[in-house]
Amino acid sequence: MKKKSFNCILCPLSCRIKVILDNNTIKSIKGYKCPRGKEYIIQEITNPVRILTTTIRLVDSKQKLVSVKTDKPIPKNLLLDAMNYLAQIEVRPPIEIGQILVENLLDTGANIIATTKIER
Amino acid sequence: MKTRTIDLAIIGGGPAGLAAAVRAYELGLRDIIVFERDNRLGGILPQCIHNGFGLHYFGEELTGPEFVFRFIDKIKKYNIETQLNTMVIEVNKNHELITVNAYEGIVKYKSKAIIFAVGCRERTRSAIQIPGSRPAGIYTAGTAQRMINIEGYLPGKEIVILGSGDVGLIMARRFTLEGAKVKAVLEIMKYPGGLARNVSQCLEDFDIPLLLQHTIVNIEGKDRVKSVTIAKVDDSWNPIPNTEQKISCDTVILSVGLIPENELASQANVEINHATGGAFVNEWMETNAPGIFECGNALAVFDLVDYVVQNAERAAEGAYKYIHNEIPSQKIKVTHDETIRFVIPNRVSGNHSNRFYLRVTKPMENVILEIPEISLKVRYEHVTPSEMISIKLRDRIIQRTENKLTFKIIKQEE
Repeated sequence: MKKKSFNCILCPLSCRIKVILDNNTIKSIKGYKCPRGKEYIIQEITNPVRILTTTIRLVDSKQKLVSVKTDKPIPKNLLLDAMNYLAQIEVRPPIEIGQILVENLLDTGANIIATTKIER
Repeated sequence: MKTRTIDLAIIGGGPAGLAAAVRAYELGLRDIIVFERDNRLGGILPQCIHNGFGLHYFGEELTGPEFVFRFIDKIKKYNIETQLNTMVIEVNKNHELITVNAYEGIVKYKSKAIIFAVGCRERTRSAIQIPGSRPAGIYTAGTAQRMINIEGYLPGKEIVILGSGDVGLIMARRFTLEGAKVKAVLEIMKYPGGLARNVSQCLEDFDIPLLLQHTIVNIEGKDRVKSVTIAKVDDSWNPIPNTEQKISCDTVILSVGLIPENELASQANVEINHATGGAFVNEWMETNAPGIFECGNALAVFDLVDYVVQNAERAAEGAYKYIHNEIPSQKIKVTHDETIRFVIPNRVSGNHSNRFYLRVTKPMENVILEIPEISLKVRYEHVTPSEMISIKLRDRIIQRTENKLTFKIIKQEE
């Protein structure tokens, strides 16, 4: 049996969650204040994922960058690959919040969507 | 000088100012102006491209730009007047404001009520007096954030971050994602300054070392930063001799605290609480100067923009009530003992339910927040100064006292 303690990263409450593990099988989870906290821990132990937030270069715009995010979490170990891939991408305004700028990023099933509105 | 009379002047076009304007409009005020010194609305949020905003307020997780856009959208929909590139240079207790911009020159306003929503500033190198040379490559975390996320420049490649406040932690991750190497984050206190979730997802995810009880004792380099000398500190934050070590780097990022901006408010005779750096306020966020309100990070540095928006809306309700002469007497004084650094608000009426925000003085496990006058006890498993406590008390609970609420943290025996 192994005790492990996590800080839930899903919201700023940062719940301190205590887990008891037996050979990577979860025996108990305590300390979460919402059901998402429990799901997060299970995910974190089996396959940690993160939402990536970053920027993409703009062309034909007064602004230099548009802020973006993945529309769902991607595996944590792909974050830097995703950054390298996005460094090659350029987009043009107008751009609306929520608009898909890159589909199926690195075959993760997640899209890159804009989080800022950029007018022409 | 041109003079205009209005109902509500809101100084600052960040989340606090925008939320106050939207709420004031929805209550029925029409003659509102939001004054903003930048060339766009939104305050600091457009450069906070990370997520985690809005979970309390909107019930969903948004990035900074998405969060603030929802308010900018409403400002446009309601056609609320905003004045960009405009500095408010003077405010007095008679509710007169002097503004200046490049289109109209100097204009004088007389406003029935005023809301200060001017936010806070970052503490700089000179504010904390780090010895050493004065090369290029030393930035506050917010400046670096603006360079990376808005201007599109990477300020450096080998980074040392001083201070583990949230902006510093977020920037450690941002630098790493953009290809820079963050060599260490130093924190003078025994515990991290920012939220635990940020330590976890910004540092631990990328194996960035967090050195607690460490500080920079010297910065070296002639034209550009070449290295920093760091040292361990004792409990009174004094560097311990013979613990120095050199870290080579080209950039130093400072995330060493935020200070509410209150120079203008002080001109209007607003009394400042040294524990928060912002005004003393009643339950409607009204300062000691009648009809002058304060909210958001100008009032106190809040952990969450959700809290900022909550008390900004409260300030707007206060301004509306003030204009209609409906603010009840604030007969109950809110105080605290030495376990708590501050409580907001500082006076309440007992006629209304209230949300209180407080910060403890040190981290503690298994404690009870007690307010003896109303026999209220709330249990917390874990409290820390870096995580603000927000608690809502119903009017009928507050009414159990006539004149005083004392907040205290009591250690619970296991």
